[in-house]
Amino acid sequence: MRKLSLAVIGMYLSMVQAFSQAPVTDSSGYKPKKLKLDEINFVSSYYDQTADKSAVMGGEPGPGGVANVTDFANGIDLTLIGWDKKKRKNTLALGIGLDYHTAASQAYVDSNGTSKNDGTRIYPTINWTRENEQKGTSFGLGAYYSAEHNYYHSIGLNALVSKKNKTNGEFSLKVVGFFDQINMIHPAEFYPVDSVKNTQSSDSIVYRTSASGQTEAFVYNNGQLVSNTKSRKPQTPTEARNTYTASLGFTQVINQRMQGSVEMDLVYQTGYLGLPFHRVFYNTGKDTIENLPSQRFKLPIGFRLNYFLGDRVILRSYYRFYIDSWGLTSNTFNLEVPVKITPFFSVSPFYRFYAQTAARYFAPYKVHSESDVYFTSNYALANFNSSLFGAGIRIAPPKGVFINNLRTLEIRYAHYMQTTDLNANIISFNLTFK
Amino acid sequence: MNRQTMARFLFAFFFASVLVSCAHVKEYQKSRINDSEMSLSSRHIEKNEQNAESYREGSSGANGGKTGGGCGCN
Repeated sequence: MRKLSLAVIGMYLSMVQAFSQAPVTDSSGYKPKKLKLDEINFVSSYYDQTADKSAVMGGEPGPGGVANVTDFANGIDLTLIGWDKKKRKNTLALGIGLDYHTAASQAYVDSNGTSKNDGTRIYPTINWTRENEQKGTSFGLGAYYSAEHNYYHSIGLNALVSKKNKTNGEFSLKVVGFFDQINMIHPAEFYPVDSVKNTQSSDSIVYRTSASGQTEAFVYNNGQLVSNTKSRKPQTPTEARNTYTASLGFTQVINQRMQGSVEMDLVYQTGYLGLPFHRVFYNTGKDTIENLPSQRFKLPIGFRLNYFLGDRVILRSYYRFYIDSWGLTSNTFNLEVPVKITPFFSVSPFYRFYAQTAARYFAPYKVHSESDVYFTSNYALANFNSSLFGAGIRIAPPKGVFINNLRTLEIRYAHYMQTTDLNANIISFNLTFK
Repeated sequence: MNRQTMARFLFAFFFASVLVSCAHVKEYQKSRINDSEMSLSSRHIEKNEQNAESYREGSSGANGGKTGGGCGCN
C-alpha cells in the first residue's frame, strides 16, 4: 500500500511538472527595435470656390457678398514604428500642414473692401500609439496646434484606448479637447472712431488703425508722404472657445468580403462660438455682429459598410446622422466604388449627398429683427443640400511608382455644389513613400 | 413616431443585426478585408476635402475628422 501511495504521488508530481510553466526564456531571438521611419505621406490640394452671401457681409446676395475662395493646402506626415522589450508596437506620427488662402470676403472686414484678403495657416500634429498585439489593446496620446495669422490659434489634445475582441471586432474610445483663442477683430465700422484719425494736413502725422488692429503712422511734409512706419501691433483682445469630444467606435469584420463600423461623437462646445467679423444686417438696414449662444451640444453618429464585390469592385458606403442643440439636423450619404483595373491600379468614382436644416438662429440678409437675442446670417448654418462628386485614381505597384520608395500615387478630383449657389472644385494629390 | 424616426430606427436595427451576425473569419481568409481600399476610415487624400466641408456645412464629426477647433470650423 505504501509503495502504491508513493507511486501515485510520484505520478502526480510528474504530471504537475509536465504541465507546469517553465521559466520564461525567449528562445525566438526577439530583440526590441528602435523607432524607425516607416512611411512618409505627402498630401497637397488646390481648392477654388465661387459663391456669394458671405458671412462677413451678412449674407448679402450678389457681388456685394462675394465669397470666392482659393486655398492651397499642403501636409506631410511621418510615421515611425518601433518595438519595445515587451513586444509592444510603438508608433509615432508627426505631421505638419501649411495652407495659403485668398478669401474675397476677408477684404470686407474693412468697410470698403481694402483689408488683406489672403493669409496662411500652419498646423503641426504629434501622435503616439502603443499597441499590444498579443492582448489586442492600444493606447495613444496626441497634441495638435493650429494658427491663422491675425485670426486665431488653437491647441488640441487627445487620448485613445482600443480593445480587439476574439471575433474580429474592435472597440475604441477617444477623448479630444480643442482650446481656441479667437482674436476679436471686428468689421471696421465697429472700431472706436478715435482709432482712425484722418485729419490730413500739409505737415502732420496721421495714424491709421486697420481692421486687423495694426496701426501705421504716415508722416506728411508739405502734403507729400515722407514715411509710413508700422507701430507695434496693439494687443487685440481674444475670446476663448473650447471643444470637448468623446468618440466611441466599434468596427467589425462581418465575413470574408464585408466589414462595418459605427462611430458616435459626443461634442460639447463652450465660449465664443460666433466669429467677430461676421456681420448681420437687421430688417431696418442697420448692421451688427453675429451673436450666438455660448454653448452647443452636437451628436453625430456615422455608419460605414464596405463590401468587396467579386474580384475587382469594392463598395465603400457611409451614412451619418447629425443633430445639435441649435436645432440643426443633417443627413450625409456617401458611396465610393473603387474598381481595380489591375491589382495595382484602381479608379474610384464617388458621390456624396448632404442635406441640413437651418439652425434656429439663422436668417438671411436683412431679415433679422433688432429684438432677436441670437442672430447670424452665416450660410453654413442655413437650410441647404449639397452634392460632391468626382473620381480618384490610385497607383500602387509592388516595385514603386517611377522610383522604388514611392509606393503609392493618388490623384482625386471633386466638384462640390450647394443649393446656396456655392460651387467649388478641389484637386488633391497623395504620395506615399516607404 | 413619425416616418423619418421609424426609418432611422429600422436602419440602426438592420445595421446592428448585420454587425452581430458576423461569421468567424480567420487571418488567412482576410485577403480581401485587408485590401487597403477596404479600410474603415477616410483616405489620406480626402483630408482637405473634409476640412473644406467642415467650414461650409453646419455639421461635422463621426467621420474621423475634426469636430471643432479652429477659425470658422464649427
